[in-house]
Amino acid sequence: MDATLLSRIQFAANISFHVIFPTVSIGLAWFLVYIRTMADRTGGGVWDASYRFWVKAFALTFAFGVVSGVTMSFQFGTNWPGFMQTVGSVAGPLLAYEVLSAFFLEATFLGIMLWGQNRVSPGLYRLSVWLVAGGTTLSLFWILVLNSWMHTPTGFEMVDGKVVATDWLAIIFNPSMPYRTVHMFLASMLTAAFFVMGVSAYRLLQGQRGEDVRRSLALGATMAAVVMPLQIVAGDMHGLNTHEHQPAKLAAMEGIWQTEKGVPLLLFAIPDEQARANRFEVPVPNLASLIITHDLNGEIKGLNEFENAHPPVLQVFWGFRVMVGSGMLMLALSWAAVWFLRRRGELPQWLLKVLVPATFLGWVPTLAGWYVTEIGRQPFLVTGVLRTADAVSTLPAVTVAGSLFTYLALYAVLLVIYIATLFYMARSGGGHHGYTAEVGSVHAAA
Amino acid sequence: MNVLDHQSLILLFGALMGVAIMAYVLLDGYDLGVGVLLSRSSGHERDEMVNAIAPFWDANETWLVLGAGILLVAFPLAHGIILRELYLPVLVMLVGLILRGTAFELRVKSPPERLEAWNTMFVVGSATAALAQGFMLGQFVTAFRNDFVAILFACLVAPCLVAGYMLLGAGWLLIKTEGELQRRAARWGRGALWLTAGGIGLVSLATPVVSPRIFDRWFSIDLVPLMVAVPVLVLTGVVWLSRWLRDFDPARDDGRAWVPLALTTALFVLSGAGLAYSTFPYLVIDRLTLWDAAASDETLRMILLGVVIVLPPIVLYSVFSYRIFKGKTTHLEES
Repeated sequence: MDATLLSRIQFAANISFHVIFPTVSIGLAWFLVYIRTMADRTGGGVWDASYRFWVKAFALTFAFGVVSGVTMSFQFGTNWPGFMQTVGSVAGPLLAYEVLSAFFLEATFLGIMLWGQNRVSPGLYRLSVWLVAGGTTLSLFWILVLNSWMHTPTGFEMVDGKVVATDWLAIIFNPSMPYRTVHMFLASMLTAAFFVMGVSAYRLLQGQRGEDVRRSLALGATMAAVVMPLQIVAGDMHGLNTHEHQPAKLAAMEGIWQTEKGVPLLLFAIPDEQARANRFEVPVPNLASLIITHDLNGEIKGLNEFENAHPPVLQVFWGFRVMVGSGMLMLALSWAAVWFLRRRGELPQWLLKVLVPATFLGWVPTLAGWYVTEIGRQPFLVTGVLRTADAVSTLPAVTVAGSLFTYLALYAVLLVIYIATLFYMARSGGGHHGYTAEVGSVHAAA
Repeated sequence: MNVLDHQSLILLFGALMGVAIMAYVLLDGYDLGVGVLLSRSSGHERDEMVNAIAPFWDANETWLVLGAGILLVAFPLAHGIILRELYLPVLVMLVGLILRGTAFELRVKSPPERLEAWNTMFVVGSATAALAQGFMLGQFVTAFRNDFVAILFACLVAPCLVAGYMLLGAGWLLIKTEGELQRRAARWGRGALWLTAGGIGLVSLATPVVSPRIFDRWFSIDLVPLMVAVPVLVLTGVVWLSRWLRDFDPARDDGRAWVPLALTTALFVLSGAGLAYSTFPYLVIDRLTLWDAAASDETLRMILLGVVIVLPPIVLYSVFSYRIFKGKTTHLEES
């Protein structure tokens, strides 16, 4: 393997390991805003117990997000020096704005959120929870502005082979930014909703039948059931946007080789790039045209129009199907949960048992979707501006292989530890507290 | 913002980067130092020590992202070269920071029987990150040479920076703890003091050797008084601090417990300023200047706009947070 491919795998491994934590914590932060507000309104009680549990799950997740995020921030320069050298005038300020406006805000007020409850007034405490949630979301906004610009660059001109920013409003509000940001924010809400549902289901199965646990489950289920349809609408609009601005990616997602009208939707196929055709197609007539152009006979451009400048088809095609398929599963599960809650006031055992392994179901469509959109941008790092191969460092392949192996081994172990710790916390109602005797007893009482 | 010309703009960003890196070294320095010192304590003391840094570490580590971030966005050419030269130590540092950061949470959220394992990971992570940063400092001073002497030098600087962080950590613990732990913190600080001073001496002696330009800059006639005064002053300070720490009595001196941290901070700032004076205007000694490495003026102006708007509130709410958590950590409670 060459250094470019290894660097891509390393970047993908780093960002995949990183993104799963903020995806939980951004949504969970807004859950905490809601739970804290309810706790303050009702004068503590059930909501307070619920808050105390979820704030610990949040702290654990946030810490994993921070350490992997710091690692992430070094990946731009170490493996992709050509990125900053070519598009630094756009990427630099956007990254700087993320660090300045979001990272310090969330990190500082996280300290108050986790340790300051007895040191500030309830109002100021609630404000800190808001600021942490706002900070995480602001961070999502800036990084998706940059990512969206890499997909649909606007507001710049090329001078001596380098990008020069000319219009910052056009750069920030680039064509795919609103769709991508909303899509990702909703993905985070859904991931957090399933996280809350799954952990609560586990606690119920463990015999913790407190009102706070049941209310958390209902909260997660309601959130997922309401947001999932919104996500489908947002995803559809994002797809239309991709059709308009990145037709090659869209053709790969749908496995369309020839430009055609009335294109069928492929439920199953094995795209073959050598033959430039699909094998084992299971088509639904005209459906792809209907979804993408909102017209049964709409025309969709095929991959053959972009020869040598389209992404690898197999990964994008299947990544898209995994995303949509797991999204549908999430829709079915959340609606079933809400249906049972409304009919019977509780969930049947079998559904609880299904929800436990679904705790991290949100990671599947999130990661699959990111693979679709990022692999779908290849061979470019910045569409039409910079090819991935031209941005890579001249590091020897063996060095990159060594660091890649280190990261993979570390991340695999940490992921297991994270999940094991989370479920231990769920079993023990918040984990053990090695701090002080009084604190321990306060928590034991709660 | 257009009042700033090309020269001053780049100077300003060089200064900003220096301040961010110094802020990181001082702030996460005490975190990492406390992490290393955890190896010398046990049981309940360890919880108190971790409590002393728990509300701050996350924000402290953010200064690393800002410092490295300014290097990346304002001096992309230098970032490319430096991060390529330091690829392995950076990897090691990041692994250390990952172990340390996750251990923070895992030690209080996993089954009690694993506590000692996470404490060990906390120590190892802190020490690894600190050693890697010390190694990087050594490499920076020798302009990233790869020969045996340069690597040996970096390997010598590495434990000195760890000692420096331990001194900062001990200074922090003196402020945040009381009783027996406070007394031990004074002892730990004293133990780290001489290696720290040795590291400062090592780097100070090495820089003029590495580059004749730096030699000429320091050993010019008008700097002779300074050249004599500064080492004498530093040495006096170190001796005085050593005695102060030896005689520290929690009952008597608690009101002045901030003195060692303040002195150590002054020592770090002085050393940083000296290093900056040696290397200026180079980012890679005698190879790449601030000006060669800088991004375009438009880019820098755009970033500066954000800095001007956002940095004052950051400083304000950071100070605010330190005020909230003022006092001894024995009284800290997790939400």
